[in-house]
Amino acid sequence: MTYSLEKCKVLIVDDEPQMCRGIRKILDNFRVVVEDTASEVFFEADCAVAKDEFFELIERQDYGIILLDYKMPDVSGLELLEHIVSRNKNTLVIMITAYATFETAVQSTKLGAYDFLAKPFNPDELRNSLKKAVTRFMLSRKAQEFEEEKKKIRFQFISVLSHELKAPLNAIEGYLDIMQNRFDSISRDDFNLMLNRSKIRLDGMRKLIFDLLDLTRIESGEKKRNPELLDLSKIAASSIEMFSEDARKRNIKLSLNAEVPGEIIADRAEIEIIFNNLISNAIKYNKDNGFVRLKIAQHRDKIRIIAADSGIGMSFEEKARLFKEFSRIKNEKTAHILGSGLGLFTLNKIVKFYDGDIKVKSLPGKGTVFAITFAEGVLYDN
Amino acid sequence: MKILMVDDDFDYLIQQKLILETEGYEVITAENEKQARELINSEKFDLAIFDLMIDDLDSGFLLSYEVKKKDPAIPVIIVTAVKSQTGFSFESVTENEKKWIKADLILSKPVRPDQILKEIQKLTV
Repeated sequence: MTYSLEKCKVLIVDDEPQMCRGIRKILDNFRVVVEDTASEVFFEADCAVAKDEFFELIERQDYGIILLDYKMPDVSGLELLEHIVSRNKNTLVIMITAYATFETAVQSTKLGAYDFLAKPFNPDELRNSLKKAVTRFMLSRKAQEFEEEKKKIRFQFISVLSHELKAPLNAIEGYLDIMQNRFDSISRDDFNLMLNRSKIRLDGMRKLIFDLLDLTRIESGEKKRNPELLDLSKIAASSIEMFSEDARKRNIKLSLNAEVPGEIIADRAEIEIIFNNLISNAIKYNKDNGFVRLKIAQHRDKIRIIAADSGIGMSFEEKARLFKEFSRIKNEKTAHILGSGLGLFTLNKIVKFYDGDIKVKSLPGKGTVFAITFAEGVLYDN
Repeated sequence: MKILMVDDDFDYLIQQKLILETEGYEVITAENEKQARELINSEKFDLAIFDLMIDDLDSGFLLSYEVKKKDPAIPVIIVTAVKSQTGFSFESVTENEKKWIKADLILSKPVRPDQILKEIQKLTV
């Protein structure tokens, strides 16, 4: 395991300059390994021997840990403690006390002190206390970073989504404007073209909203899953039925080869999403007069769903982006194919939820094969 | 008068084509750089309108360069949403900008029909 080197700023607040120097010296060669965040922390210490110095330093920067003398000559340690906590709640304060009474301990803890160190202490006691504090500090910093990252991803998702929803509206509005303002100079054919394009964009938008709803249900975990005994081959057959009209229009042959029924216990709606996405993609990204072959097979205790098509295929680079949200492969061949960019992202989430595995093989211009493997039997149980 | 129009947004392309046609222009269109190059090399046209980001982030610049190389007298308009999408702004006004941007005009999407018609008239008098 490799550790990242991290710095923790420490402020020592003590009116005895000797004490400051002593602690600093101990910190100089001290390193703490925090396993959970995979980091090795070193310390950099400042000293404040008086009230003014303390305020000057703390205004200038954030400290991870503050070692605070309870008894300062010109100010009470508790007052400083209050100031530190109100300024930055992530800073951990270790109180240094010569007369450690129970009362002071209670009072300081109430105000937000993290730990105590009774004077006189030896270097090991100091190191132990700092080790505890810095571990806590690194963990909460990590948690905070994780939260911020989550917020950022959410924001990105929403801004891409808004763009995806705005695009069809702009297109339809554009057509309506022309129909309204240039009605007399437009041919019958152009008029029909505009109506058809508007409808296609509306369909695309509706599909995006449905895909989004599917995804939200799965992501939020709020939707109750209803586990039931399912025959994969039956769901595959009804999904094929559903897309038979789309396939017929382009003379694409849909076939199902169910070697086994493929019995699993899972949520029906989610398994349907898997098949619907596989089949609709295989048709959409196919060539006219092509084929889509679906196969359900069993190998030992694994059930496999294989969807092979004679479609346009994709390059290695395109394949790498396949399961990302809103990733749609953009090239000359896909320019007129509409999609939400959420289908495979959602499919992947479902497969992963059921501990399944997806493999994709593709040759540009030849076709694509998706192979999904599940363990036989109970995939989900309330 | 014949206009070459290139944009990878199919609906936007149809709409602009129809608007220009109802105003009496002849319009030829391309949806990607490859198609655009074929038209630049095979067709005669009097003005070109390019979207900036087609196959690449700078497709519009490259196509402008190719048109100007063929005939510097053909006016080129670049239309782009890059300003509203990224806040990145550029123009082809100063001498320095004109040195590397071989377009006569850069317009921000969305472009109103009357605006593009006015600009076409100005560039082709």
